[in-house]
Amino acid sequence: MTSPQELPPQGRTLEFEIPSDVRFIERIVDAVRAECRSHRFDERHLALNVPVALTEALSNAILRGNERDRAKLVRVRAVVDEIRLVIEVADEGSGFDLETSLRDPTTPERLMAEDGRGLFLMLRLMDRVERVPVPGGSLVRMVLHRAS
Amino acid sequence: MSFTITKQGDVSIVEIDGQLIVGNRQELKQKMLEALEAGARKLLVDFTKTGYIDSSGLGVLVSLSKKIREQGGELRLAALNEDLRTLFELTKLDTLFQIADTREQALASF
Repeated sequence: MTSPQELPPQGRTLEFEIPSDVRFIERIVDAVRAECRSHRFDERHLALNVPVALTEALSNAILRGNERDRAKLVRVRAVVDEIRLVIEVADEGSGFDLETSLRDPTTPERLMAEDGRGLFLMLRLMDRVERVPVPGGSLVRMVLHRAS
Repeated sequence: MSFTITKQGDVSIVEIDGQLIVGNRQELKQKMLEALEAGARKLLVDFTKTGYIDSSGLGVLVSLSKKIREQGGELRLAALNEDLRTLFELTKLDTLFQIADTREQALASF
């Protein structure tokens, strides 16, 4: 976790806790995007990188981590400042190995597949994506630096 | 978010207003499969009013293109903004779909 001491004074933290239901995704994306907008992230980040990568992380936590079990929660923490966005998405599942879960979906044999692009997009659209072991679940942390 | 299907000549035009993501992709799939079942063979998705698309949304377009082709039909895409086009380029799906700059160009290409 990013410690508060590392944040410039104007940094803000948003925290959410939702049941495992994909209908909650858009409102979280909207809130995080609005915060990034207020910190002058560029339009491409607001329209592409942030919403797509965050949607992927949330749907992964809801559908795979918590297997749509509404009794299980997804916790989101977004720290936004003038330098970067740090998003943490935690579920109650056993997690996945980022390296082994990533198959290149752009190869000719996988191009026609319906699934398998989520992690690929997260890694392409964020500056850093990592899985952090946490007690009782799994956490994915993504970092995006604000374009200068 | 909403999906609307209108006809222009023999082309069924699907407009996506809002996001195409995991929470609504099945609705789009259902509507387009219904159109296919009703006899539509030329389908055009117009992204003029579309916000963002996630991997589920891309996946459903891939799945629909396969089904439409199996039925002897054609699926074309039009009016992707720069961010959406980047998404298709990153995933190389721009090589899979015929993508026109505008709805009019797509209609003329059928």
